[in-house]
Amino acid sequence: MPEKFEEIVSIISQEKIAEGIYDMWLGTEEIAAHAKAGQFVSVYCNDGTKLLPRPISICEVNKEEKAIRLVYRVAGGGTAEFSQMKAGETLRVLGPLGNGFTLGEKSAFLIGGGIGIPPMLELAKELNCEKQIVVGYRNDELFLVDELKQYGEVIVATEDGSVGTKGNVLDAIRENGLKADVIYACGPTPMLRALKQYAAENDIECWISMEERMACGIGACLACVCKSKEKDHHTNVNNKRICKEGPVFRAEEVEL
Amino acid sequence: MNMKVDLCGVTLNNPVMTASGTFGSGAEYSEFVDLNKLGAVVTKGVANVPWPGNPTPRVAEVYGGMLNAVGLQNPGIDVFCERDIPFLKKYDTKIIVNVCGHSTEEYIAVVERLRDQPVDLLEINISCPNVKEGGIAFGQDPKAVEAITKEMKKYAAQPVIMKLSPNVTDITEMARAAEAGGADGLSLINTITGMKIDIHRRNFVLANRTGGMSGPAIHPVAVRMVYQTAQAVKLPIIGMGGIMNAEDAIEMILAGATAVSVGTANFANPKVTEQIVDGIRDYMEMYKVADIKELIGAVHDR
Repeated sequence: MPEKFEEIVSIISQEKIAEGIYDMWLGTEEIAAHAKAGQFVSVYCNDGTKLLPRPISICEVNKEEKAIRLVYRVAGGGTAEFSQMKAGETLRVLGPLGNGFTLGEKSAFLIGGGIGIPPMLELAKELNCEKQIVVGYRNDELFLVDELKQYGEVIVATEDGSVGTKGNVLDAIRENGLKADVIYACGPTPMLRALKQYAAENDIECWISMEERMACGIGACLACVCKSKEKDHHTNVNNKRICKEGPVFRAEEVEL
Repeated sequence: MNMKVDLCGVTLNNPVMTASGTFGSGAEYSEFVDLNKLGAVVTKGVANVPWPGNPTPRVAEVYGGMLNAVGLQNPGIDVFCERDIPFLKKYDTKIIVNVCGHSTEEYIAVVERLRDQPVDLLEINISCPNVKEGGIAFGQDPKAVEAITKEMKKYAAQPVIMKLSPNVTDITEMARAAEAGGADGLSLINTITGMKIDIHRRNFVLANRTGGMSGPAIHPVAVRMVYQTAQAVKLPIIGMGGIMNAEDAIEMILAGATAVSVGTANFANPKVTEQIVDGIRDYMEMYKVADIKELIGAVHDR
């Protein structure tokens, strides 16, 4: 069973990298050593009126420095609290959680939409194959693009057309006539749904990372389930736990 | 110093248990907590057949608490007996199975199936606010409470604890009805029905619209209901509702609870149950309490 650690971690650095998007490095004892691409951590609030941990995907792991990087969007009071914290301050974190991506060697699309882009950075680092990284943003407030370029060709789509292809990630793939043998994706559900269909039509392997409101983060509370094609071994119904069996699933395993 | 308590004829090593639905059957939290240190593990509600539960989102955070509308998703009694009971039997803790159903017949089917299983107590969930049939429908009418309690007693091999809803005008009326029906103990409180609205999207945050509120914000309500119920009936009470730490647990015991269940706090701190056991022990040492039984219902006027 993969090990999970509850730690008090110190903030190494934090900066705002786009409107509402923050970039934080955390120094850990054990989490970094055990973390891999596609996993997430639960971050607890210091404000005791906010009980539930915030699940945040791991953007990057630096095993030498025992550090993990979280790039997150301020979505409510909890993430707003994190965004105001400074280097040297501490947070309670549980992780690494979830399954992470299964790495292969086939020519790959790494596809991120919005706040689904950050986990693609660690994945790009870990994957040893031909990579085309397709990222979708709302507007010209791009983030992580230069860093992603270190690991492969980066294709940008923006909803307002201010940078790259006007439209979504699939529009960018079609406009540029791109091809690959496997898809790794994280982003909003409509994007994942479209990619699932695209992968089925083109008969390519597709892995998607899903998101849902969570409570425990470790598979006990059954809050964050998704509908699954097969009866799940644990739940004995057609539900899989996103925090435990996921967040990464084969697209054909789940209903979107 | 004695922390053992007698709950419906079953001796618990200490009064700290888990609240149904927050702890699965213990497997996930066993990575963080030594289950041997807990008085009992109360399992997630189990029905006669698998239940898929409600659509997502199933949870929402609210100030000082949370709402849930999981809808009693469970793998059904067969998988539960094959997998979860053997898992829990590996530990020196008592096993309390929470039983749910849509109808009297479904509750009976589970209770009968558990007759020859190595479980210590049954907790009958007649108070879930998130399922359309069964659940709370049995728990808001004293006649129905008495009737379902009688049925459970007729078929159960283990002592029967009825889990009561706070979503009633007078919880002592339900407690008396359960006592009249032959209950061996009572659990209270289940969650308080609530609602959260996203003002930006102008929609309900939960797919189920309403959900059960839990967490520290409901703790004073739970303490009051445990106290009132302890005054009204002779049955042992398992107190629960927003217990976050040893102080909250001791309050429940002073109000009249023989044991306590810790639920939502697990989400905020996966090691909390064990820490509460230690905290109660520290309190007993500090005040030289030789036996925890001295604390049960020991609250008095100032």
